[in-house]
Parts: sequence; C-alpha cells; structure tokens
Amino acid sequence: MIQWLAMGGYARFVWPCYLLTAAVIVLNIYLARRDFADALRSARRRPTAKGNEQ
Amino acid sequence: MIPWLSSLAAICGAAGLIGALGLAPPDYQQGEGYRIIFVHVPAAVLSTVAYAVMATAAGVGLIWRMNVAHAVAASCASIGAWFTALALVTGSLWGRPMWGTYWEWDPRLTSELVLLFLYLGYMGLRSAIDDTARADRASAVLALVGVINLPIIHYSVDWWNSLHQGHTLLKFGKASMPPSMLTPLLLMMLAFLLYFGAIVLTRARGAVLRRERQARWIGEIVGVTAP
Amino acid sequence: MNGHSPNSVSAARAGWLLIQRDLRLGMRRPGEWLQPLVFFFVVTTLFPLATDPQMSRLRDMAPGALWVAALLSSLLALEMLFREDGQDGTLEQLALSGLPLSWLLLSKSCVHWLLTGLPLVLAAPLVAMAFGAPYAAIPAILAALLLGSVALSLIGAVGAGLTLGLRRGGVLLALLVLPLAVPVLIFGAHATALAIALEPAAAPMYMLAAIVVLSATLAPLATAAAVRIGLE
Repeated sequence: MIQWLAMGGYARFVWPCYLLTAAVIVLNIYLARRDFADALRSARRRPTAKGNEQ
Repeated sequence: MIPWLSSLAAICGAAGLIGALGLAPPDYQQGEGYRIIFVHVPAAVLSTVAYAVMATAAGVGLIWRMNVAHAVAASCASIGAWFTALALVTGSLWGRPMWGTYWEWDPRLTSELVLLFLYLGYMGLRSAIDDTARADRASAVLALVGVINLPIIHYSVDWWNSLHQGHTLLKFGKASMPPSMLTPLLLMMLAFLLYFGAIVLTRARGAVLRRERQARWIGEIVGVTAP
Repeated sequence: MNGHSPNSVSAARAGWLLIQRDLRLGMRRPGEWLQPLVFFFVVTTLFPLATDPQMSRLRDMAPGALWVAALLSSLLALEMLFREDGQDGTLEQLALSGLPLSWLLLSKSCVHWLLTGLPLVLAAPLVAMAFGAPYAAIPAILAALLLGSVALSLIGAVGAGLTLGLRRGGVLLALLVLPLAVPVLIFGAHATALAIALEPAAAPMYMLAAIVVLSATLAPLATAAAVRIGLE
C-alpha cells in the first residue's frame, strides 16, 4: 500500500497530477452548473408576456 | 441527455482509474511515473477536441446564422482552456522526472501553449464586444483562423524532432502499447470526452436560455405563466 | 473624378487608387509612421541594457531580440491600419462599394507595410550589426525580415479587423495576433540565428515564404469578414 502511494519514487509528480485533474474536473462541474442556475434564475425573473420572438 | 453523459463519464472514469492506478503494470523504462499518461493524454486530447468542436460550431453559426451553434461554441471555450492548461501542467510534471526539465520549447508543447493563448484570445474578444451578435461572429472568425494550429499540434511530432514520442495510438496494425496499458488509457479518454459533452451541454443550455429570454417557449420551460 | 460611375471602376484600378490615397495621407503625418520604427530601436536597445552586453552573448540574443522587437513594433503599427478610415466612415464606403473588400483591404495592408514594415526591414541590418552579426549574414537577415514583416502585416490585419472600434482594442489586438504570429517568429528567428552562425538558412526561409503565400491568399478574406462584422 505504501509502495503504491510512493509510486516507485515518483509520488511527488504523479499524485499532484491526479489531484490537479480531479480539482479541474470538479471545478468545472461546479462552474457549469452555477452558470446554468444563474441563467435559469434570470430567465425566470423576466415575465414572458410577449409571443414567440425568434 | 446530460445525466446519461455524466453517469457514463463517471463509470468510464472509475474503470479507467482502476486500470490506471492499479492494474496496469509499471513501464520498463519509466517505472511508476508513466502513470501520468492516463491523465495527461486525455487532457491534451480534450483540449484539441474542444477547440475542434468550438471552431465547427462557430463555423456553423457563422454560415447558417444559428444562435444555438454560437452558444455551443462559447460553451466550449472555458473548458477547453482549463484542459489545455491541465495538459500543459501535467505534461510539465511528467517531463521533470523523465526528461529532466519542466519545460522545453519543442513544437508540440509550444503549439499547445499557443492553443491556450487562442482560447484566451477567443474569450477576451467575446467579453470585449457588448453586442452578442457581433461578439458571436467576430469570435467565430477568430476560432476559424486559429484552426490551423490543430494540425500543427497533431503532426508536430512527425515534422520535427521532438521530446514527445511519435504516434502510438493512431498507428494501424500492431499497437505499440500493451492492452493492460492501452485499455485504461482509452477508458480515461472516453471518460473525459463524455464529461466534456456533459459540461458543454450544461453551459449551452444556460447560454441559450440567456439569449432567448423573450421567447414564450422559454417561459413555458422555466414555469413562468404569462401575466 | 473623370465621369465614371462607381460600378465601372475595376477592382485593380480601385486598389491602385486606394494605394495612392493611403500613401498620400500617410506622407502628411510622417511622425505617426515613424513611431513603430523608433519603438523598434528602443526595444532592441533594451536587451543589451537589461542583460550582459558582451558581444558573444549579444550575438546569441540577436535573433530573439530582433524578432521580438519587430513583432511588438508591428503590433503597435497595426492599430493605425483601420483606425482613421474606421472612424470617418471610409471603411464603410469601401465595404459598400461592391468591389471585393478583401482586395481593397489588401491594398491598404500594402501601404501599411510600406510605411511601417519596410522601415523595420531596412533598420534591421544596423541593429543586427550592433548585436555583433557578421556582414555576411546581412542579406539573409534582410530576406528573413522582409518575409516576416509582410506576413505579420497580413496576419495582423485580421486582428485589426476583429478589434475594430473596440475600447482597449490595442491590448486585445496583441492578445489575438500573437498566437497567430508565433510560427513567423519561430521560423524568422531560426533563419536569423542560422544566418548569424553563417550556416545556410534555406529551410526556415522556405517556411517563411510559405507562410507569406498562405497569408496573402487567406488573411485578406478573414480580414474582410472581420471588418464587415465590425461595421454592422
């Protein structure tokens, strides 16, 4: 187990990579969902009395 | 659609990780350090695929004047930039123990860095223009002009002597990687691409919502009744 | 001018007239056009000031310093390309004229290069020798900068078109043009380095020439598209 964590001596290069990747992935999930929630909220705030305008 | 993509992405990612960190044997040359490949290559692939999708969507939006296409293009930019940066950083961390240096001005690294600048320029241009229609079209032109960087990235390892190894994945016939390493790599790439799809769709939905605020069909979707 | 209606002016003649007009206008305010040249000298001077001015080191620095300075100077110059005509409506007239806009803009880029790029090319040998380049290297350096400056003018025009009329457009222009200009920088500096080492520089020169041809054919189209978008 310890050996696995040590990654044959390369631990200080390998683990930051994986952690960084995980961080970027999680961050972007959060950002994308927040962006969508904001868009939803601002769309709800405007009453859509007008007809289809495209 | 999005939940499907997300769960599939998670499953592939989990399987890929098990393979990457556990099952794949250590490389005879690089020991355990090579395992960075399982995040570095998928990140790099994602960075170029994101640009290709962005440029294609931008082109479609420009030629056929479709708002949705422009929304998709805009949604690709930030995630593409993040993963380009990630590819550069993971590559740098891989390079240090293996080739003794954090950075080399070799063609592939340089053109990947240029890719990051292209993304930043795209996002900068979009934010500098207030009018959405003009921002769409101007950034579309920029995205298309920058497409020339993609073949440079891909073929740079062929054209120049480079720190990077040559093509291993797209060679037909005998693959250069044993299946125990290849499978986790492919799984991770697939996971990243599915994840990309999920993110872009989420952002695109938000973008379309913002653009078509006045339309009645939006009101029906968000549940606002007409006064 | 001579009784012809606008539709009967051929594209070639219109381009030539535009070149003459731009040259005449440019000559009226030479100070403006000299600024990029002065900037070029200033920037190249900064390199030995900021680092070790030993001749041997300078010779190593020369390609990089020369080309970075040339790139930055041309970025500075690009702001002038469409500024006046964009503000006073000439650009709109050109776009509405019914003549191929890409051709007209190429004519404008021509004059722009003559007034801003050519001086850099001519100044380069001086700077190169100040950095310790041998006489024999000068023709190659001239050729490389000739090709490179033309390419930079053409590629930069796309950026100028995209940032037409934007506030803080200058910084954005640099951000947009620099990634696209990287190949020019790489091959140009490489050619210059080979020349200074008195080795044949044919390979990067061919690449530079190829870039020039590519940009001459494609960049004006992108510039025209960008300008049209910016005018609406």
